[in-house]
Amino acid sequence: MKKELSKITNLSKVEKVEMRGIIKQFPGVLANDRIDFDVHRGEVHTLLGENGAGKSTLMKILYGIYRQDKGEIYVNGKLANLRSPLDAIRLGIGMVHQHFMLVPTLTVAENVALGLPSSRKYLLDLDVVSERIKELAKVHGLHVDPKAKIWQLSVGEQQRVEIIKILYRGASLLILDEPTAVLTPQEVEELFQVLRSMINRGYSIVFISHKLHEVLSLSDRVTILRDGKVVKSLPIAEVTKEKLARFMVGREVLFQVEHPSVELGKVSLALEGIWAQGDDDLPALRGIDLEIHSGEILGIAGVSGNGQKELAEVIAGLRESTQGKVFIKGTEVTNWPPSRLLEYGLSSIPEERMRDGTIQKFTVEENLILKDHLHTPYADGIFMNFKNIARESERLISDFDIRTPSRHTSLKSLSGGNIQKLILARELSRKPGVLIASQPTRGLDVSATEYVHRQLIEQRTKLKTATLLISDDLDEILSLSDRIAVIYEGKIMGVVKRNEVSIGELGMMMGGEKCQGDGSLDTN
Amino acid sequence: MEAIIIGIAKSAIRLATPYLYASIGETIGQLSGVLNLGVDGVMLMGAFSAFYTVLKTGNLWLGLLVAIVVGAIFGLLIAFINVTLKAEQGISGIGVYIFGLGLSSLLFSTMVGTVQTVSGFSPLSIPWLSNLPIAGEIFFHQNILVYGAFALIPLAWFILNKTPLGLSIRAVGQNPEAADSLGVSIVRIRYFTVVLGGMLSGIAGASLSIALLNVFQQNLTNGMGFIAVALVYFGAWRPTTVLIGALLFSTVNAIQIWVQVHGINIPSDFTLMMPYIVTIVVLAAMAKRRIHPPAALNKPFERGE
Repeated sequence: MKKELSKITNLSKVEKVEMRGIIKQFPGVLANDRIDFDVHRGEVHTLLGENGAGKSTLMKILYGIYRQDKGEIYVNGKLANLRSPLDAIRLGIGMVHQHFMLVPTLTVAENVALGLPSSRKYLLDLDVVSERIKELAKVHGLHVDPKAKIWQLSVGEQQRVEIIKILYRGASLLILDEPTAVLTPQEVEELFQVLRSMINRGYSIVFISHKLHEVLSLSDRVTILRDGKVVKSLPIAEVTKEKLARFMVGREVLFQVEHPSVELGKVSLALEGIWAQGDDDLPALRGIDLEIHSGEILGIAGVSGNGQKELAEVIAGLRESTQGKVFIKGTEVTNWPPSRLLEYGLSSIPEERMRDGTIQKFTVEENLILKDHLHTPYADGIFMNFKNIARESERLISDFDIRTPSRHTSLKSLSGGNIQKLILARELSRKPGVLIASQPTRGLDVSATEYVHRQLIEQRTKLKTATLLISDDLDEILSLSDRIAVIYEGKIMGVVKRNEVSIGELGMMMGGEKCQGDGSLDTN
Repeated sequence: MEAIIIGIAKSAIRLATPYLYASIGETIGQLSGVLNLGVDGVMLMGAFSAFYTVLKTGNLWLGLLVAIVVGAIFGLLIAFINVTLKAEQGISGIGVYIFGLGLSSLLFSTMVGTVQTVSGFSPLSIPWLSNLPIAGEIFFHQNILVYGAFALIPLAWFILNKTPLGLSIRAVGQNPEAADSLGVSIVRIRYFTVVLGGMLSGIAGASLSIALLNVFQQNLTNGMGFIAVALVYFGAWRPTTVLIGALLFSTVNAIQIWVQVHGINIPSDFTLMMPYIVTIVVLAAMAKRRIHPPAALNKPFERGE
């Protein structure tokens, strides 16, 4: 067995991969414009860039998912023709995608065995596969139960399965596409340890990221992409965080949003012992107590899938709470229909902005008036008031700097950042007393993120909106929130003030440790 | 009384045959992500081509082979429409059904014309087992296509759960992107399952026309192919539970036939309705179960969004 394993892990050692003059054109976008990129054995070469800079496209070309329009790829000095992922795998190149490529209903061993010839030919050899998985796990510190079904695993464990899957296929060059986006800080540290020890054993890694401190901590070299072009490629010793950010965005970046102190008002949103079922009919919220004051942003930190989505939905009236009470400005609103909650001053920025926040086939103008299209000024009785609609939507487009050819443009031709600005415009212009912001900057680039952050802070500071901020991005939670509540398996593990907590402590709570200190808010 | 129950049970086992072939084929297709609503049309074509071959040559095995080939050709057509052209599967399936219904009726009226019978597969007694009391009579005095249908259940279970091919089929229906990223060809797997499903539908049709009823007439199947699709949902995409569903329906059918044959005083309209009423009631009851269809069912695959 040992011998077979070493045979499979040494299948093909990648000494050097070079991509030269890669050009890839998508309809309307030049995703990669004459990109040169190379990785050597035993190094981490990071690809840094904003969304849409062309990082993932370049790596999908290297992994055989896309085909370049022009340019060559050399593996160990030989021209490589990569027509499909299978070709890449044969050459020792493996990729862990940002969205995991796992079959949730199958076991770990089945996911690993998928697509591989069996040692017993027409019979599955899952026991043999499981043994090899255990050996690989031991060698690399990637512990996971081969018999577990994928849906039973945490996100961190699923990522380990992804890495095992490509190691099992003999990959010695690993492409990791934003691997830390879904992990707790502790899991990130564990992952980095695994990766560092792999580097010492002669593996090579391409690390795709836009988180600067991670780039600095893991990389040997970094190549920065912007608008499909290489801006700079240099050793990590020659860069600083500020320099990287400037290369990436093309201008100076403020890392910390201003966070002026505000006098708090009364409690605007209160939850008392809220329970709710998840989509699988199991309790997703188990007795949540929270209070948010007017003029306060309360951040919900936690690993995704611990009840955040259900919490937002219960408050917005989109999911029934089975037990407990919700109060807005002192009035009980438990299980009110969404329409009534809207009229009562609740606004929300949904997690899935394309699915739940907008209607893609509608125009910008129509999307801007949704939610209030039944009322003045947008309607007079049963008729729409097109004059007012035009005036108000023009005003919102200019106030919120939504970049669109016109208010009649169809929503689907807008960029993600502009769609989010449109949602902000609609939700904030309603002057809500309570705002739920779910993953408000997910998938947005640095500039759009900065804009959203400024708007949320301004809303809190000037209009005293009570904001519930739900985000997987811990940095975002830390920089915007006045208080932070950590959610774990549908329970609040503790509530802490922003300046009185370290990332380490938050990480512990996100992993299920109870908070010791009293983080309750002093309102006097 | 005992004789009545044995008679009904024996006929229930017989009548499960077409359901089993068709719904196991459909199960495998759906597990790979392709919904084929054209089963009934393919069954009709299989039934006619087997019947016609036997009528002209008298060779039952040749008849079965022709039904399999015709089923495979229809399977290729369905795969081409759904996998290559990426058509809306529900609609294209209904198109295939109407095509099969129309073509089999046309061929029948131009090539045969009148209702005729053939001598089909005759019962084959299994040595020793057929002498068992009660069970011997019910299970082991059946024809070869009946035995084949029941042998298909463990075979399908084994292929789906114990072979690399089965693993690929299940993965392609749940997460084709993942399977694609590991070098599993989505197109090849789906063509394979859909053509296999077509062949099994062809056999299902042949089992009616050259083994169970030994006649052909217009719309011989009378919607059996649709019940076979319903059985796949009933069976939650598992061959063993599909078997239970098939037996449930064939038992209802057997009772219905017995009631008719013996002239029991229940309106025949009502007895004819029974299998379909059971379908609706059972499916409505099943809706409460938390069993989800394959995640990629009815979704054409496109590499790189």
